[in-house]
Amino acid sequence: MLALRVQNLSKTFPLKKPLFGAAAPGVRAVRPTSFDVARGETLGVVGESGCGKSTLARMLVGLLDPTEGSIEIEGHALNTADPSEFGKLIQYVFQDPNSSLNPRKTIRQIMEAPLKHLHKMAKPERDQRIREIFASVNLRESFLDRYPHEFSGGQAQRIGIARALAAQPRIIILDEPVSALDVSVQAQVLNLLADLKAQFGLTYLFITHDLAVVEAVSDRIVVLYFGTVVEVGRAERIFARPRHPYTKLLADCAPVVGRPLTAPEQKGSELPDPLNPPPGCAFAGRCPRTTEICWTTEPELKSMGEDQLAACHQPLED
Amino acid sequence: MTLFLNLVFRNRLAAMGAVVITAILLLALLTPILPMHDPDVTATADRFKRPFSDGHILGTDHLGRDLLSRLLHGTRLSLAVGIAAALIAAATGATIGIVAGYFGGRIDNVIMRVVDMLMAFPYILLALAIVAALGPGLMNALIAVAAVNVPFFARNIRGITVGLAGREFIEAATLAGMGHTKIILTELLPNVLPVIVIAMSTTVGWMILETAGLSFLGLGSQPPQADLGSMLGEARSAMISHPHTSVVPGIMIFLIVMSINLLGDGVRDALDPRLRSGALSRPRATTLVDRKGPLPAPTNDLLSIRDLETQFHVGARTYKAVGGVSLAVKPGECLGVIGESGSGKSVTALSVMGLVASPPGVITSGAVYFQGEDLIGAAYETLRKKRGDRVAYIFQDPLSTLHPLYRVGHQLAEAIQSHQKVPNHKARARAIQLLKDVRIPNADSRIDDYPHEMSGGMRQRVGIAMALANDPDVIIADEPTTALDVTVQAQILSLLNDLRRDRGLAIIFITHDFGVIAQLCDRVAVMYAGRIVEEGPTQAVLDAPAHPYTKHLIACVPELGQGRRVLATIPGLPPMVDDLPLGCAFAPRCYKAQDKCREREIQLLGTKPRAVRCLFPEEPV
Ligand SMILES: Nc1ncnc2c1ncn2[C@@H]1O[C@H](COP(=O)(O)OP(=O)(O)OP(=O)(O)O)[C@@H](O)[C@H]1O
Ligand code: SF4
Ligand code: SF4
Ligand SMILES: [Mg+2]
Repeated sequence: MLALRVQNLSKTFPLKKPLFGAAAPGVRAVRPTSFDVARGETLGVVGESGCGKSTLARMLVGLLDPTEGSIEIEGHALNTADPSEFGKLIQYVFQDPNSSLNPRKTIRQIMEAPLKHLHKMAKPERDQRIREIFASVNLRESFLDRYPHEFSGGQAQRIGIARALAAQPRIIILDEPVSALDVSVQAQVLNLLADLKAQFGLTYLFITHDLAVVEAVSDRIVVLYFGTVVEVGRAERIFARPRHPYTKLLADCAPVVGRPLTAPEQKGSELPDPLNPPPGCAFAGRCPRTTEICWTTEPELKSMGEDQLAACHQPLED
Repeated sequence: MTLFLNLVFRNRLAAMGAVVITAILLLALLTPILPMHDPDVTATADRFKRPFSDGHILGTDHLGRDLLSRLLHGTRLSLAVGIAAALIAAATGATIGIVAGYFGGRIDNVIMRVVDMLMAFPYILLALAIVAALGPGLMNALIAVAAVNVPFFARNIRGITVGLAGREFIEAATLAGMGHTKIILTELLPNVLPVIVIAMSTTVGWMILETAGLSFLGLGSQPPQADLGSMLGEARSAMISHPHTSVVPGIMIFLIVMSINLLGDGVRDALDPRLRSGALSRPRATTLVDRKGPLPAPTNDLLSIRDLETQFHVGARTYKAVGGVSLAVKPGECLGVIGESGSGKSVTALSVMGLVASPPGVITSGAVYFQGEDLIGAAYETLRKKRGDRVAYIFQDPLSTLHPLYRVGHQLAEAIQSHQKVPNHKARARAIQLLKDVRIPNADSRIDDYPHEMSGGMRQRVGIAMALANDPDVIIADEPTTALDVTVQAQILSLLNDLRRDRGLAIIFITHDFGVIAQLCDRVAVMYAGRIVEEGPTQAVLDAPAHPYTKHLIACVPELGQGRRVLATIPGLPPMVDDLPLGCAFAPRCYKAQDKCREREIQLLGTKPRAVRCLFPEEPV
């Protein structure tokens, strides 16, 4: 059973129209992207800054209108025009735990909002529900009447997770949920997320730039480059046996204890310009395997066997 | 609230303003029940009586009306009109500003163009035009004064709203199913309100003055009704012969406007969060040094930090951010410093060059020797010369090193030219090369960007380029790559590595990533609660951590290639450094803590080069 199906989802941000002449075509933040997430799965999404991770996530929760494409949740197409329809099905946990909590509201007020507006619950019911959720994220009830600035990053992030849970969504998008946290706290939050998933039968989309974290929490991983998917595969395989040269580059760059420091990439390689995307493979300027066809034809996402897909004309051998 | 009042009244002038304006307000409120002459009854026989004549304490005006009574009634009216104008202007302006800032796009554009146009007119001309259109009268003057102040509020509030509307909690509210009106009223407004209050408290004085101005010109209150402006206006003709008739209302206007503005400034400062935490004084150029006792002896390292203690004195509390840290690097060496947030890594780094903000920071003990010369306590000029040139920093937050209003190329060139005499075009060429070194794409065109036109990762790379600009001897890098992508991080780490191999650059590298430490650093020091708890050669520490904290910290960090799993955690949180327990600071979280651990201070002991601060270490060192 699919929890989420994304088809040809894309987003182009229009540029400001110049004083004279026609507007430029716009920044293509997400190029047509398709993927599926099974119910109960954790799909990791990795990619470098600016590759469209957050834009994708924000379209999935209805904070941004997609330019094209469709989003289906548990078999039903979402009406992308109605944000409140998103709220009950899919929720978002923000990167910066403190900035996602209104500094002038008590935690109770923050927790009540989704219950009141999405589920129209009455007061006693709401209190009951908040107690349950707080118990499951290991937060004390006495926190409810305090203000956000009184909490550490890890606690604030747990409150953010609790708020997302309050909406009783089927899917939670976690956008770099632990990158603002300390390593010891990061581990606490990651373990909590795993427990909650089992307890509530959730599906996660876990966005991060930390390869080690994504490998530790995901079932499958999607690698984004320059606004689109370049490789999909099982977490335990994708970095160990990458098929796409970009995935290999990422894996080689990650600092690992016991591996000598190298710069896997030559200095001169060019990054693509989002205002003026290259016609062929977006990675061609940095790729050591480039041939003629890479500069002219964009590669399609093709099966590489064993649940792995890659978009490359000359994929790496197994 | 009491804290707020305390802060306001710590400012003497604001307190004085508060006292004066409260007295005036009380008088104005009590005016109708005070036994006084009717302010509008004329008695031409008594005209121009001097002050302190019987029956008329302040004398009388050109129609023989009692000045005291007119003054109090006039003050009452002026205050009422001024405050009403301020409220109207604030309410309208804030509404416009919030709507424009929240919805953005076309609505914002149209509204702000109109506001800009209004602001382009001279203030008083606009007010005069409005009164001319509506006709003279107090009510119309009120409208005019309110109207000319609306753009000021709209502009201010819009700026704040735009900043808030981009914050994540507004998006979170949308996801919680709230509509626009609800978000504006319950999420935005409470955050904007303090700004509105500040703007009002700093402008109400001027609005009273403006209303008085219109009345003075005869466009506001109409005779016989008195307000402060019209009293002045009527006294104008007798200014020379009977000065008291103009001096009396003049002093009152002065007192009102002064006291309100002083109080307004006090309110503004008290609501400013930056002043809330520290003292009201100006920051010093270098960190305050208050060392007692003899200095530790210098060593023959390139840079050595010896028994450094840096504290923050906030109110009655003392935060021991750095509690006796010793570190040293030789040329070409890289020392890693690792620890959790708040463990004092950054403060240690900043203390080296006296960059810790003072107040509240104070270096209370220890020394920092650069080539044998003590930097702590060195004159500002000495430190300034060495900053960037000999010892350079790469900060966690790149915005702190870049000036928002200058192009990055300009800033790089300036950094180069401030320490070396090179012509402009050479400096620019070097700047481009530096940007290429840190892998900025299209360096030739990016060099003319402003900092805000770059992504966070790119700004960080510019910050690194700045640090490299003058070939320093030591680089202190405070989590320079934490926010960067792995591919860029790999490039920068190997760049730093090349520099130390080729040029003998010494690096102090602060991070919380063991992978980075393992790859780049020769030695590592682990910090906890402001002290070093373990140190030694990187490989030895990673292979066989001796301190329980180090061991657990390493276990917490997921490592690539180990697959999906439950991660190890350390229970609890690091202690607050203003309330450190006696003995081992890690004891509350340590699985083998015993009573002995809590009894007395534990020494950093071991055989060189390793050392550990623990009574029951995991490994003998
Ligand atoms: N301006 C200040 N006023 C008061 N306390 C401060 C100030 N700056 C830092 N501190 C305190 O000093 C201690 C050490 O902070 P420091 O910034 O050195 O930590 P860090 O190890 O660099 O953490 P991070 O990993 O978050 O960068 C903390 O308890 C912090 O709260
Ligand atoms: S398509 Fe060509 S350029 Fe692109 S990743 Fe594959 S080999 Fe490299
Ligand atoms: S001294 Fe005691 S409490 Fe501290 S780390 Fe060692 S064993 Fe744990
Ligand atoms: Mg720091």
